Amino acid sequence: MISKAAFYLVVLILIITGLSIIWLRHTELNIPILPGEQKSVWLIEARIDFIADGGPVRVSLDLPEPQPKFRQVSEQAASTGYGFSIIEVPDGRRAEWTRRHAAGLQTLYYKLQMVADSDTRRISQSKEVPEPRVVYWKELQETAAQQLVDQAYEKSSTPSSFTRELSKQLSAPKPDQNASLLLSEYDLTTLLMRLINYAGIPARVSMGLELQDFRRYQPLKSVLEIFDHDRWIPVNPNSGVHWSPENILLWHRGGKSLLDVSGGVHSEIHFSMIHQTMPAMDLARLQFNEGGLSRLSLYNLPLEEQSIFKLLLLLPLGALIVTFMRIIIGIRTSGTFMPILIALSFLQTNLIPGLTAFILIVGIGLLLRGYLSKLNLLMVARISTLIVLVVYLTAMISVLGHELGFNIGLTITFFPMIIIAWTIERMSILWEEEGSREVMIQGIGSISVAVLSYLCMRMESIRHLTFNFPEIHLVLLALILLTGQYTGYKLTELKRFRVMRNKT
Amino acid sequence: MWISPFRLRRQGILGMNRRNVAYISRYNSRSSFPLVDNKLNTKLLAEKFNLSTPRLRGIIRYQYEITNFMYQVEKLSGFAIKPAKGAGGKGILVIKSRNGDVFIKSSDKPIGCHDIKRHLSNILAGLYSLGGSQDIAIIEDLIQPVEMFEKLSYAGVPDIRIIVFKGYPVMAMLRLSTQASDGKANLHKGAVGVGLDIATGRCLHAVQYTNRITHHPDTNIVLDTISVPDWQNLLLLAARSFELTGLGYIGADLVIDKNSGPLLLELNARPGLTIQVANGIGLLPRLKKIEQLDPDLTPCATDRVDFAMKAFAAI
Repeated sequence: MISKAAFYLVVLILIITGLSIIWLRHTELNIPILPGEQKSVWLIEARIDFIADGGPVRVSLDLPEPQPKFRQVSEQAASTGYGFSIIEVPDGRRAEWTRRHAAGLQTLYYKLQMVADSDTRRISQSKEVPEPRVVYWKELQETAAQQLVDQAYEKSSTPSSFTRELSKQLSAPKPDQNASLLLSEYDLTTLLMRLINYAGIPARVSMGLELQDFRRYQPLKSVLEIFDHDRWIPVNPNSGVHWSPENILLWHRGGKSLLDVSGGVHSEIHFSMIHQTMPAMDLARLQFNEGGLSRLSLYNLPLEEQSIFKLLLLLPLGALIVTFMRIIIGIRTSGTFMPILIALSFLQTNLIPGLTAFILIVGIGLLLRGYLSKLNLLMVARISTLIVLVVYLTAMISVLGHELGFNIGLTITFFPMIIIAWTIERMSILWEEEGSREVMIQGIGSISVAVLSYLCMRMESIRHLTFNFPEIHLVLLALILLTGQYTGYKLTELKRFRVMRNKT
Repeated sequence: MWISPFRLRRQGILGMNRRNVAYISRYNSRSSFPLVDNKLNTKLLAEKFNLSTPRLRGIIRYQYEITNFMYQVEKLSGFAIKPAKGAGGKGILVIKSRNGDVFIKSSDKPIGCHDIKRHLSNILAGLYSLGGSQDIAIIEDLIQPVEMFEKLSYAGVPDIRIIVFKGYPVMAMLRLSTQASDGKANLHKGAVGVGLDIATGRCLHAVQYTNRITHHPDTNIVLDTISVPDWQNLLLLAARSFELTGLGYIGADLVIDKNSGPLLLELNARPGLTIQVANGIGLLPRLKKIEQLDPDLTPCATDRVDFAMKAFAAI
């Protein structure tokens, strides 16, 4: 016999393992703990128009990189007649459309779903420190730029603070002579980018998309980014401070081109977007193609098997309920786990029709069994006879129900016929040996456990948890093990031993 | 209506869960269960150990043997048919007399030869056996109750249930059948349970359906004055069943026959808990007392009975 301590350790390990896998699955795969949770999703569509000149066409579009504020859920391209693929190039991902011959106005679409979801791990870390761009100035400007940079350099210590100081000078209400000179030549963002690069700090202008609901024909906006330590940081050109707007999606970063079209002219790109809400579960499902934890889930099975497992995974809960009802409460049932099977069939038939049919079949079965007991049959033959009768009864009830307009026909076949035949047999023997009172007690006990299991199994949140977090069964297992060690009184024993009240 | 669990605990009442976890699964080795779950095994073993049991008159193992049944009981006027693996008294048919082909059950109801054969085939098919497995029917001599018991019981023979823990008899009760229990000695069917003083075999307390009573509901005999004869031998027989099976926690069912004295009827590896109600006292303190004894000591059955009679005396 293993010691108590080892037993409780095992139980504890089961519970901790179960709960931590649940937590992992929740955080890593974004499976919601509760069903019906909604997430806000941006559906963004990039539309590329160009006029093709009749020859081979190749269109290449830069695609957004992983973002700190947004998580990409899905992407797709719609463009008839074009070959489409997504290519990984050293600078990032690009979408590429190709076609042998195309002439006239062409329209290509690329659609993308993004969830607003902040996750610091996704902030792209550049492995190599990029080189600052070489900047050339006109003679006069160079001096002004040098002075501006020197002033800012004096007052700062890091790339970020340098940018801040520089931006302060440029965006002051009354910029000084140097700033005014340069601002007359360049716009603020470009100027800042040039100056920062000039000072030896990598900076670039990226293109971002401002997300606003129901906007169409949106262009990309320029966003200044500086390289600090190990990552690119977007900066507000007006204040120079670190800037991470909620509604800006950085689409196109760094020096490479946003859109290349060969074999066409007058190319244009527009973006339109809408904001939707989507069940978090559907969203999580869209990402299950990855490896790791999602490999260990049931979603990879064919749908048909998934639906079987959805039902099967409810069984442990039923087992826990039966264990609890029998050990802690002390309810007597006819056949230990018969109530769970009945509860499972109630799930198919719904409660009231199922319950009615069940009581009807068992009731008529008991009457017929009364006659069978006079026939002096061997037990196996008698139960086989009962099975035939039960099947017959089921068919009769279905036909009758159909004629009367109750549509219980198909669902009634979900009843476990053999279990019902056994139940009838057991109840009948019980009736002969212990009398009708015991039959009522066990019958009502079985039905109430079945109904309770049914009510639990039907709850959306429970179905969601048991299917999407199969590891919850480790916790159930631990609870069942614990119940198995319960040595206290059953609730019904408090009644059974009530005469002991009169003793001192 | 209800009793508080703390109060039950204070009175040392053993509950079903505790009995299963702390006593049955701890002291009863699974491999010895077939010895007691099969009455035929128990009987043969008891004969080997020289423990007296009701005389075996016949065994029916196969369906075809049922036709021979009438020959086996030809010379017997009364007999009992039992399923070897029956539980809780299920499937026991007691015939106390016969009138040609009509047999009279212990409850005075007549039963035909045909019905007995049906009963036998039910037994063989495993209707009464644990888990529904195939079974054997045993035919035994009818017990002739001693006079004082004969008038006590509504029908059938009163039997004595003794809980034997590690070979020590710890609690005893007399079971009297009633009209309500159809002549059977099962307490949950309405038989009367009479708690017995381990020291003397005298009645302590009597219950029916967990209600305290002072008179037998059918025969109206005062129960408080009952004193079981041959008490010490009875306890000894029960205590010796420990050596027989090696099971630490058993319920021994015994009867007293007019001619043969105390007989071992059967052993039960999962004895019920109502004996506590019949005695008006909990089992736990007594079981704990035995558990506290030096485990190295292995006294003989007589010493164990002496110990129990002293330790568990009512007053």
